[in-house]
Amino acid sequence: MYRIVKKRVLNPTVSLMEIEAPAVARKAEPGQFIILRVDEEGERIPLTIADFDRQAGTVTIIYQVVGATTEKLNHKEEGEFLQDFVGPLGRATETEGLGRVAVVGGGVGTAIAYPVAKKLHDVGCHVDLIVGFRNKDLVILEDEFRAASTNLIIGTDDGSYGKKALVTDLLREQIEAGAKYDRVITIGPVIMMKFVCQLTKQYDIPTVVSMNPIMIDGTGMCGGCRLSVGGETKFACVDGPEFDGHKVDFDEAMARGAMYKDFERHAHEAACNLFKQEVK
Amino acid sequence: MPNMRPDKNPMPHQDPQVRACNFNEVALGYTREQAIDEAQRCLNCKHRPCVSGCPVQINIPEFIAKVAEGDFEAAYQIIAKDSALPAVCGRVCPQESQCESKCVRGIKNEPVGIGRLERFVADWHNANATEKAVPPASNGHKVAVIGSGPAGLTCAGDLAKKGYEVTVFEALHLAGGVLVYGIPEFRLPKSIVQKEVDTLKELGVKVETNMVIGRAITIDELKEEFGFEAVFIGSGAGLPKFMNIPGENLKGVYSANEFLTRINLMKAYKDGADTPIQHSTRVAVVGGGNVAMDAARCAKRLGAEVYIVYRRSEAELPARAEEVEHAKEEGIIFKTLTNPTEILGYHNPDDPRDPKNGSVAGIRCVEMELGEPDASGRRRPIVKEGSQFDIELDCVIMALGTSPNPLIKSTTEGLETEKWGGIIADENGLTSRENVYAGGDAVTGAATVILAMGAGKTAAKAIDEALSKS
Repeated sequence: MYRIVKKRVLNPTVSLMEIEAPAVARKAEPGQFIILRVDEEGERIPLTIADFDRQAGTVTIIYQVVGATTEKLNHKEEGEFLQDFVGPLGRATETEGLGRVAVVGGGVGTAIAYPVAKKLHDVGCHVDLIVGFRNKDLVILEDEFRAASTNLIIGTDDGSYGKKALVTDLLREQIEAGAKYDRVITIGPVIMMKFVCQLTKQYDIPTVVSMNPIMIDGTGMCGGCRLSVGGETKFACVDGPEFDGHKVDFDEAMARGAMYKDFERHAHEAACNLFKQEVK
Repeated sequence: MPNMRPDKNPMPHQDPQVRACNFNEVALGYTREQAIDEAQRCLNCKHRPCVSGCPVQINIPEFIAKVAEGDFEAAYQIIAKDSALPAVCGRVCPQESQCESKCVRGIKNEPVGIGRLERFVADWHNANATEKAVPPASNGHKVAVIGSGPAGLTCAGDLAKKGYEVTVFEALHLAGGVLVYGIPEFRLPKSIVQKEVDTLKELGVKVETNMVIGRAITIDELKEEFGFEAVFIGSGAGLPKFMNIPGENLKGVYSANEFLTRINLMKAYKDGADTPIQHSTRVAVVGGGNVAMDAARCAKRLGAEVYIVYRRSEAELPARAEEVEHAKEEGIIFKTLTNPTEILGYHNPDDPRDPKNGSVAGIRCVEMELGEPDASGRRRPIVKEGSQFDIELDCVIMALGTSPNPLIKSTTEGLETEKWGGIIADENGLTSRENVYAGGDAVTGAATVILAMGAGKTAAKAIDEALSKS
């Protein structure tokens, strides 16, 4: 069992938890992920490591409530326990040899972009951190982002905070203004990563995406997390989760990601109804 | 005077039509009377050929003699000396090609039902024995076992019995490896696996779940920082193989590993389970091994019409004859001498948002015929000209075997592997690294539970010899 040391609500649907998991914290690196189960009957879900503290033996996760499992997770409070928490899984972000980097995140994906930006910033890279949200209420982790970047650019779809622009527009502005990037790293909804990659391809900038496909074991056994990368089948859990964004088949990844959408919607409704009954 | 009945006492089974709709165990096990009657068929021959057919060399005639006397606990104790998992082996060992293939009674008639007797004895013990296993005094040596499948559990059990302090590291949340994620409930009830794991814990074996060796801790760290003097790698088979044909990443294409893990480990077949699985109407399982049979029979139990698509003929099916027979009884349709060339996808040209877009719509196949024998000694299947045809369906399960997991290899310097990824180990299980042993599917590629157990046993013996010298 893994204790929830801290819980912090970041916006109406996104929360942060610090979990006591010394074996994971000991080796965790930015770019890697964990798999958790909330309770004994729970499904295994992968979540990217948002931060870690080796000394305290804790790992931070940030999640958005989208389905039954994240709903159940969100009902857990500080001091309570998670059934299972395994990691670190996947390969760490490569940061060597980079001078100037744009890290582009969208929505809850920005939380995953954060440790990557922080590590790059710590090793002395020039980091332009470009983050996008639908509106002001959904903006998260602004202070952390500022501390982890040379230059923080926030955009919202409706213009209620920062610039009224999509992250692709913000990135284009930077490139056109003369920013020379050794690499763009983009993390967020698949559709956003697809458009970021289309843009960077025009400018021939190497681009890394962090994929978060459906997964069960996360250790290289089930093959559920496979993606087409440059025409080859790759497994996000052992070959990734980061891949060359100019080679990933995003349309296929989106279709596969939606495989259980109906099931998830029903399960989420059922979980919500259950929690409502408990409140009564 | 032995019982000269020519055939084995038949195994009682659930009716095929009933069992094709539930996940309860198919074979029901002998009664006490059937077991004694079957045991009396053993001639108790002096040269004991059956023992040489057993990868862990159980004293078969001795335990059978105890069954014939009705002393089932004594029979169990004889088996337990050599096998850490008798209730498992009695169910999933291919006895027809091992112990029973050597049985003298099998020359003219059917061999003694050794597997069925082993199962009976183990089940009797689990239901009736009250004494707990007692951990022996520690000899002060620490051994790490990676993976809690049949190889790892056997190695751990044998070492624990000798007084070693054994810790088993398991990547998943539950111990048992392929016994819990791979083999279905109807062939091997999970309560039986749990019981075997609990027995090991009583012997003092520590099981650490949620530990991915190679990521959380490396093998070198186990030895240098955590004080383990020897390490046994029983990490099992790895990534599923695919055919590299178009359409394999469509929605509705599963590897057998994924399909079976969702069902067996995550219980997706139960109403209200948190883990989803596609409930299909028509399913093709590609492959002809035991894993293919397991996947097909699971899909059937979820309500689908199921095809086995296999490129060679029925005679070459690598699955156990019993599994093939059970699958047929349950209504699985065999398309042998058939090879898929493409998985066809659904695409609605008028509606790009149609949720069915990108799903499996069918499978395109060609018929095969058998030519000259190939490197495996089996006749090579050749495509029949102009034989292409399509089967309409909504799910394809690829059961083509696996390639070893790269995690341990890539994080352990100096650990030599075969070109295809299998860890290289000598006849004692010793790898190219000092005091690092390996066995089971991680070394051989996908094989059977009992071979993995045999490897775990051999390595345990070698580890004991190496460490007791130091």
